[in-house]
Amino acid sequence: MPSQISLTVDGSPVLIPSGATVAVAITLAGQACRKSVTGEPRGPLCGMGICFECRVTINGTPHRRACQVFGEPGMDVRTEE
Amino acid sequence: MAAAVRAAECGVGVGIVDDNATLGGQIWRGELAETKDATTWRKTLQATGVTMLCGSRVFDQPRAGVLLAECEDDLRVLRYRNLILATGARERFLPFPGWTLPNVMGAGGFQAMVKSGLPVHGKHVVVAGTGPLLLAVAAYLRKKGAEIPIICEQASLRSLTRFTTALLGHPQKIVQALRLKKEIGGVPFATSSWPLSAHGQKFLESITISRHGRPQTVACDYLACGFHLVPNIELPVLLGCQIRGGYVQVDDLQRTTVEGIFCAGEPTSISGVESSLVEGQIAGFAAGGRPEEARKLFAAREKGRRLASLLDETFRLRPELRNLSSPETLVCRCEDVAHSHLQKHVSWRAAKLQTRCGMGPCQGRICGPATQFLFRWNPESVRPPIFPARVENLAALAGQQDPQSTAILGGS
Repeated sequence: MPSQISLTVDGSPVLIPSGATVAVAITLAGQACRKSVTGEPRGPLCGMGICFECRVTINGTPHRRACQVFGEPGMDVRTEE
Repeated sequence: MAAAVRAAECGVGVGIVDDNATLGGQIWRGELAETKDATTWRKTLQATGVTMLCGSRVFDQPRAGVLLAECEDDLRVLRYRNLILATGARERFLPFPGWTLPNVMGAGGFQAMVKSGLPVHGKHVVVAGTGPLLLAVAAYLRKKGAEIPIICEQASLRSLTRFTTALLGHPQKIVQALRLKKEIGGVPFATSSWPLSAHGQKFLESITISRHGRPQTVACDYLACGFHLVPNIELPVLLGCQIRGGYVQVDDLQRTTVEGIFCAGEPTSISGVESSLVEGQIAGFAAGGRPEEARKLFAAREKGRRLASLLDETFRLRPELRNLSSPETLVCRCEDVAHSHLQKHVSWRAAKLQTRCGMGPCQGRICGPATQFLFRWNPESVRPPIFPARVENLAALAGQQDPQSTAILGGS
């Protein structure tokens, strides 16, 4: 198992430790996850899958909670930015 | 996990359904899944051949004995004879100006991120809120190389002193406390202290805290802030279990008021991981038909219960925390509902109908406990789906075919 994984956040490559979540990748990329109803940038809050602030599109599937998904090589993560 | 192991030992067929990607809840996450306790339980569990369904969240019960769970690509229909609910707890969040800035997270929430691989070496993290979790989080972050400018505990020094004296009845906790003290030695720890506001352009850059009654601004990369824990009782409520004082009512054998449904751990009282393990085992033995084995664990459980009331009392929220919001401060993050729009409503239900507060994806899990404290509302009944679910899965429930579509739906 490689010790680092490369995936892309909004088209840019990000390296995360193996076993890390997509939320970690987005934070390392310096991105927010989504825009709120009034346009505020939002990122993970609860870290355990219940607040839904971290929802992003992963490999084409929208509304995935980034904090609950392990990063995989080549994953395409799109935030709302 | 403990419940599953003991139930399996009784010879019954057992399945575990967990929303998280791996078992172990919030405590046994990341490298903490490798501690001696966690590893022992996990290995024992794996040896039992229990069916494990991770990444699956239960969203409805169409009829008695049947649960519907959604996972990434699939709908699972789960039939059971006995059900043990171990839905855990979540952090309580209180709003204050700037709390919606990215990099403001829960205390346990931030720890979960770090356990899930977020590097924090050299980063400045302020830890704030209330509860023993703050110290555990601070100690953990320090081990990972974070700088902690300050820990802000809203409880008073007097409350905490009473707490530490009362811990004399719980020697294991004293050992834990002393270890924690060593691990966070040198980190400023302020009592009667809480966040006033968070600042930053797009991400958090600094926070202002109240300390000795005066504001103090601290630069930081992250704020790990949570106000103790609230039980996850949504599924028990949906299933008709009686709730008492905000917790699921259970008898000696962890039986709820619904035939065939048991509940163990934090939903019955917030007492920590050791208690949860004991209660889980009691429920497992009871559901597996060996109540005499369950009874052997009653004494251990009693200790945990006493700790729970001590925690509740020590970390009770002080009234000043009701006044942190400005009129524009958002209270419901899912629907962006501001404090001034909520203040005038007399109940949770009225506010929900008029403002959509509580109707978003989190279904009031974040704003519910906050408004309960701020406005003394009582969030009422729970309606399915208790988690956002795909339209196609809800249609399957109705027994109809629907075009494939993905949506987030809230209940009402």
